Amino acid sequence: MNATQIEPTTMLAQLEETKPEKVTIVLLSGDLDRAMAAFIIATGAAAMGMQVTIFFTFWGLNAIRRKGATSRAKDWLRRMFGALNKGGAETLPLSRFHFGGLGTKMMQVVMKQNRMPGVPELMHTALDLGVRFIACTTTMGLMGITKDTLIDGVDQFAGVTTYLAEAKQGSVNLFI
Amino acid sequence: MMQADVKLDTLGYFCPMPIILTSKKIKELTLGQVLEVVSDDEGIKKDMPAWCETTGHQMVGMEEEQATSGRIYKAFVKKTK
Repeated sequence: MNATQIEPTTMLAQLEETKPEKVTIVLLSGDLDRAMAAFIIATGAAAMGMQVTIFFTFWGLNAIRRKGATSRAKDWLRRMFGALNKGGAETLPLSRFHFGGLGTKMMQVVMKQNRMPGVPELMHTALDLGVRFIACTTTMGLMGITKDTLIDGVDQFAGVTTYLAEAKQGSVNLFI
Repeated sequence: MMQADVKLDTLGYFCPMPIILTSKKIKELTLGQVLEVVSDDEGIKKDMPAWCETTGHQMVGMEEEQATSGRIYKAFVKKTK
């Protein structure tokens, strides 16, 4: 037998050396609080010099939709869905205590009073810091969301493989 | 009292803004200069050393003082890369 002994600590050190400091976040939720958490983590990581990618899918796509843009989906069912599902970073509801918009409005007022950046500001800070946005094409199709109704700055339109290719290189992967 | 070359006022800003503003400001400094970040967010006491450790800049010190509006934290960061 000629097995070479591998020291676990040196292995770990080597692994840490070769592993890029990469963060990937899947944003599935279209809630204000969850989107805020995602963007705060993303901007924080980018400020720490880490490479960050956010993969927007399902309701999370609402965060990167332009407010008031109408769906140009081909069939009426999807167009209807796109119209009913309001989008835009400034229109996201709270996951709890939304109260038909009143609770969310109150929260936004408190945030403004405390000079806390909202979802639109955090999102633009993220883009400024070089955070990459990927929009999931499958759910875009499902929900009647077309490319022209999304904000500028979306880096890629892609699927699960692109996300996984990024995520497997990352040291932090979050699903929000 | 510690001496700084450049001062950054982040009073009134919550996490993650003080760190984001720091990461932008530090780019304007030259190597060896010290940046003073003033904040009233208590989180900075832990966040700034963590940011320094990850980015490789040097945490020179932290001062804490009582102002009329509440406690104020001053973090001193030396640009080392």
